[in-house]
Amino acid sequence: MNQPLTLFEKIWTSHVILEEEGEALVRVDLALIHEGSFHAFRVLDEAKRPVARPMQVYAFADHYVPSTGRDRGAAGVADAGLREMLALLEKNTARFDIKLFGLNDEHQGILHVVPPELGMTQPGLIVAGQDSHSCTHGALGAWALGMGASEMTHVLATQAAWLRKPGTMRIALDGAPTAGVTPKDIILAVIAKIGAAGANEHVIEYAGSTVAALSMEARMTVCNMSVEAGARSGLVAPDDTTYAYLEGKQYAPRGAAWQEALAYWKTLPTDPGARYDREVKIDVAQLSPMVTWGISPEHAAPVTGTAPDPDAAPDANKRAETQTALEYMGLAPGASLLGIPVDHVFIGSCTNGRIEDLREAAEVARRGRAVVPAWVVPGSAGVKRQAEKEGLADVFRKAGFEWRDPGCSMCSAYNGDELQPGQRCASTTNRNFRGRQGRGVRTHLMSPAMAAAAAITGRLTDVREFMKA
Amino acid sequence: MEAFTKLTAIAAPIDEINVDTNQLSPSRFSKTPRGPAYANILLHDARFNADGSEKDYVLNRGPFRKAAILVTGRNFGCGSSREGAVYGLHEFGVRCVIAPSFGEIFLNNCYKNGLLPVTLPEDAAADIRRQLRERPGAQVTVDLPQQTVTDPGGKLHRFEIKPVRKRCLVEGLDDISRTLQYQEAITACEARDRASRPWLWFNRA
Ligand code: SF4
Repeated sequence: MNQPLTLFEKIWTSHVILEEEGEALVRVDLALIHEGSFHAFRVLDEAKRPVARPMQVYAFADHYVPSTGRDRGAAGVADAGLREMLALLEKNTARFDIKLFGLNDEHQGILHVVPPELGMTQPGLIVAGQDSHSCTHGALGAWALGMGASEMTHVLATQAAWLRKPGTMRIALDGAPTAGVTPKDIILAVIAKIGAAGANEHVIEYAGSTVAALSMEARMTVCNMSVEAGARSGLVAPDDTTYAYLEGKQYAPRGAAWQEALAYWKTLPTDPGARYDREVKIDVAQLSPMVTWGISPEHAAPVTGTAPDPDAAPDANKRAETQTALEYMGLAPGASLLGIPVDHVFIGSCTNGRIEDLREAAEVARRGRAVVPAWVVPGSAGVKRQAEKEGLADVFRKAGFEWRDPGCSMCSAYNGDELQPGQRCASTTNRNFRGRQGRGVRTHLMSPAMAAAAAITGRLTDVREFMKA
Repeated sequence: MEAFTKLTAIAAPIDEINVDTNQLSPSRFSKTPRGPAYANILLHDARFNADGSEKDYVLNRGPFRKAAILVTGRNFGCGSSREGAVYGLHEFGVRCVIAPSFGEIFLNNCYKNGLLPVTLPEDAAADIRRQLRERPGAQVTVDLPQQTVTDPGGKLHRFEIKPVRKRCLVEGLDDISRTLQYQEAITACEARDRASRPWLWFNRA
């Protein structure tokens, strides 16, 4: 019998072109780019090289699109610099015959939301995206990894990448989440446990009974934040949930091709007896709704908890780190997280901008009225249409939330959607780094339900309070 | 790509850990085309006040303005994949960063732009930073062919680097040229995929 292999090893082996001194040249199935990829096109031009496989490259207008005024197309983009970035993407993709989901496309949206939604991301593929949250696509059993401009330039020029084989890490999530605990809380708890560098140089496979019971979109939320634990990718083995999600989607195979693809996908899950380099176990039944208190996603705690006391830190490094974080966040050591007043709420991003996220937030929004500015930004035009059809947009509007146009918005903060220094934001995004949502802005990461609850009370709130009512 | 062999230069200590790419190159500058402007984008919010005046930050102090080597805390360059982080270091004049660990995507971006990331153990890096604080302007030597760092006190630290990374840096060989030597193997691999996963290819060129 062949040696048992993990899901990742199967994908890796089938894509390696050759190996050279500990690195492999690996074939890339799908490359995903956005407005920020203009660096890559400039380098290609300087080197006088074409795009090798334009049919395997897709481009998205997402990072730099404003979240209002979009019914007026490019004319609705007030900032000339942003208009220029969008025009440049149009020009570069047209020149090389790359399919662009542009400003006015019916499927415009975030590069990690649209491809799964249209069935482009499929099990067994290698997906390379020019954004570190490309790991999102791993939810479908693809090996998906983020890249910088130089690596992406190389992919565009060759449809391949030089990579080192990462180690494998299995994160077993078992147990049923209690009320109020969402996929976002699960992944925040994972990161808090293993640390922001806990999975460096590893690819994570999420497994266990909790994962098996999660919907496709929930798996995307979990995989999305793999990079916040230091892993370039996280994946979930394909199963019936995956197949049901893909069937009938625009880019998914059909008819006889579907049967062939399905047979192949079913060979992908990890073989019994395959070994991982590392294993971590988490009892999901023990988790509570989480929020971050600091400036790294690992600075997360149950919402009923407190900000840490630097003096209780195990070593000098950790003490200094905690101090810096609390100072930036304007929190006292030991401060209780419940009740911290917020200035703004942001619901959206490739972490939590899908339809299930909006349903979750709307469920809470129904129960009150926003007392601080609260934005809801769908991850794609498709999500927006669906939410409007389901009446969620009306729920949000009625509750005083702002219903905006799809894109990265206040997650990338490249597009004019940013806050003022010192402002505090309850956000469903993936990074609470200093300045991520604008210079000096303080970000608390949490689930869509918790963010909606914060909008209604104007404070960090335990969403379970609303569930009792 | 510029080749990297041996460098003796002023080194600056950055004691903080988890200096992420957003601090190295804040989002609002990401529209900036690569060029000299990146020198001041580097660590902008740590180095400059809102009115553009300088803050008291290590890279704004005397000899450290000329630093070509940074010695930092762990997990340097974690976070977003933005390459502006490396452009900033490059334009400021930094050619080598020494740290106990690095963000992975940042690490790759360094190699691809001719910047040498050196991983040294936590206590060695801390000790070099201490020396640099005590003797501002002291020089450090990084010898890539020998894989050694010589600290201001003359102590030699050996570091590891993948042979292929070393070769590309030493020869200044860019990745695309390296790959295109293997065009035949790439085409053959694609042909195999076309045969085994035809459904992926029906609409491709
Ligand atoms: S939503 Fe945020 S993390 Fe996701 S692709 Fe956009 S900028 Fe990146």
